[in-house]
Amino acid sequence: MTRNRWSLLALQLLVAVVLIGLWHVGATVKWNLPSLSAKPFYVLDPFFFSTPGAVFARTWADFYSGAIWYHLGITLLETLLAFFIGAAGGVLIGFWFARKAVLAAVFDPYVKMANALPRVVLAPIFALWLGLGIWSKVALGVTLVFFIVFFNVYQGVKEVSPTLLANARMLGMSERQLMRHVFWPSALTWMFSSLHTAVGFALVGAVVGEYLGSAAGLGYRIHQAEGVFDVTGVFSGMLVLSIFVILIDTLVSAIEKRLLVWRPAPATAQ
Amino acid sequence: MSPVVNAIRTQADAAPCAVSLEGVRIAFPNAKPGGAPFIAVDQASLDIADGEFVAIVGPTGCGKSTLLNATAGLLTPAFGRVSIFGEPLSGLNRKAGYLFQAEALFPWKTAVENVAIGLDIVGTPKDEARAEARKWLARVGLSAFADRYPHMLSGGQRKRVGLAQVLIRHPKILLMDEPFGPLDAQTRQIMGNLLLDLWSADRKAVLFVTHDLEEAIALADRVVIMGAGPAARIIGEWRVPIPRPRDIDVRLDPVFHQLHREIWAALKEEVVKGYKQSESAEQGA
Ligand SMILES: Nc1ncnc2c1ncn2[C@@H]1O[C@H](COP(=O)(O)OP(=O)(O)O)[C@@H](O)[C@H]1O
Ligand SMILES: [Mg+2]
Repeated sequence: MTRNRWSLLALQLLVAVVLIGLWHVGATVKWNLPSLSAKPFYVLDPFFFSTPGAVFARTWADFYSGAIWYHLGITLLETLLAFFIGAAGGVLIGFWFARKAVLAAVFDPYVKMANALPRVVLAPIFALWLGLGIWSKVALGVTLVFFIVFFNVYQGVKEVSPTLLANARMLGMSERQLMRHVFWPSALTWMFSSLHTAVGFALVGAVVGEYLGSAAGLGYRIHQAEGVFDVTGVFSGMLVLSIFVILIDTLVSAIEKRLLVWRPAPATAQ
Repeated sequence: MSPVVNAIRTQADAAPCAVSLEGVRIAFPNAKPGGAPFIAVDQASLDIADGEFVAIVGPTGCGKSTLLNATAGLLTPAFGRVSIFGEPLSGLNRKAGYLFQAEALFPWKTAVENVAIGLDIVGTPKDEARAEARKWLARVGLSAFADRYPHMLSGGQRKRVGLAQVLIRHPKILLMDEPFGPLDAQTRQIMGNLLLDLWSADRKAVLFVTHDLEEAIALADRVVIMGAGPAARIIGEWRVPIPRPRDIDVRLDPVFHQLHREIWAALKEEVVKGYKQSESAEQGA
């Protein structure tokens, strides 16, 4: 098991090393092939592709000087707010709709319409309504997170096994106790199965919002760098964003594992 | 009327039956709008005395679960009457514990939490409920598995947790729907003995549905046979005059064999009929 994990990690690192190696070679080695081009050329022109060395150096400098922390903090705050507000709304409304069939039927077309709308078009409106601070980004993230959680919770409550429900009733549960011991855990299960997606979308909302107009955050940094054709800055921003995503995802996995201990382990291919 | 039946009647007059079904008909609405409702069970009449163990046997799909659901108050008869200890049943049957045919444990609760839930919801202090639940788990031989979740238990172990979950509430009536159905033959026998042990300690009225005639005779005071559906009826009943306590060896008893032959002769016809009906229904579909 442990050996497997180490060899897996080694393979994963190998992929990174090979890709970065290719990038490095492409962006630093000049080729002289008269048959293709009169002048010597790079496969990956460093003006458009930067170099791995430059990107890492920039990223290191940003962390070292502390310039990046503020922006990371802003993006993290927006992501967390978007996630918790969106998830709370999704859980409440999802629960309510699942228990009130009429309500669900009346709102069904509107829910579908709202969900089909590409959320990016809302970003300028939120900026107009809520200003360029964090709340317009939070709002964008909420519109993304809400629907994921809403649909999952709705499904979770609807798909409670009829036998389990009958058993709970025969054991003497009141409506309130059914909520607490049957519907709620079932809805939570479904919610947690969408946790990764929901957190991911909260982050997407924050970063896209920042990118489209703001004065702080990782999206803002990337946008700034793009504005002055600073490709190193763009890639460095993407690198920080990726590390951030991996850290958050690991945290979510740990929480999920803790909360869903009762679930059978998913069958693995090995 | 035979003396045995007379004896039951006099007993029934003295104390109300635990369960009394009178001319019960259960209909399901047709899936096609405007179609005639599907009558699953018709004219079912059955009395179960307090402390009596009755087994219902019948071909698959004849309406055994349906009849049990009506006794539990989960289904309302279209016609006829269900009385529990002399009172007409309306809503859920609060005196009954029901061990379902399908999986019905709470997957997000451990074995001990599953068993304790019946006490938790009536406000028993948590520690007390847990302690009592552990006692019941010990009785069904699962002390070592108290902290496992249902998916970490075998099918037979899950059924035992289900049994403890129902029995901890001390229901006056125990409804069991093919509780040992999916288990292997050895486990079934062990579970049967376990059930008899628990039952003889504190005799409840039991309505036990099974498709296994041998199991029915080995366990029950009385075996009731249902005919093939639709509109299935109760077509016969036999007392089992084998003394208690019984155990596995009851199947070697000559009385057992005689009774088995007799009941099987009546049941066989219905099983064939039921099989043909489901076959033609499939071809029609
Ligand atoms: N909810 C339902 N709607 C319509 N028909 C049903 C429903 N439940 C059961 N039936 C029908 O009633 C009959 C009896 O079912 P059931 O009681 O489950 O049989 P058994 O338990 O004896 O195998 C079957 O023909 C089945 O198709
Ligand atoms: Mg059945």
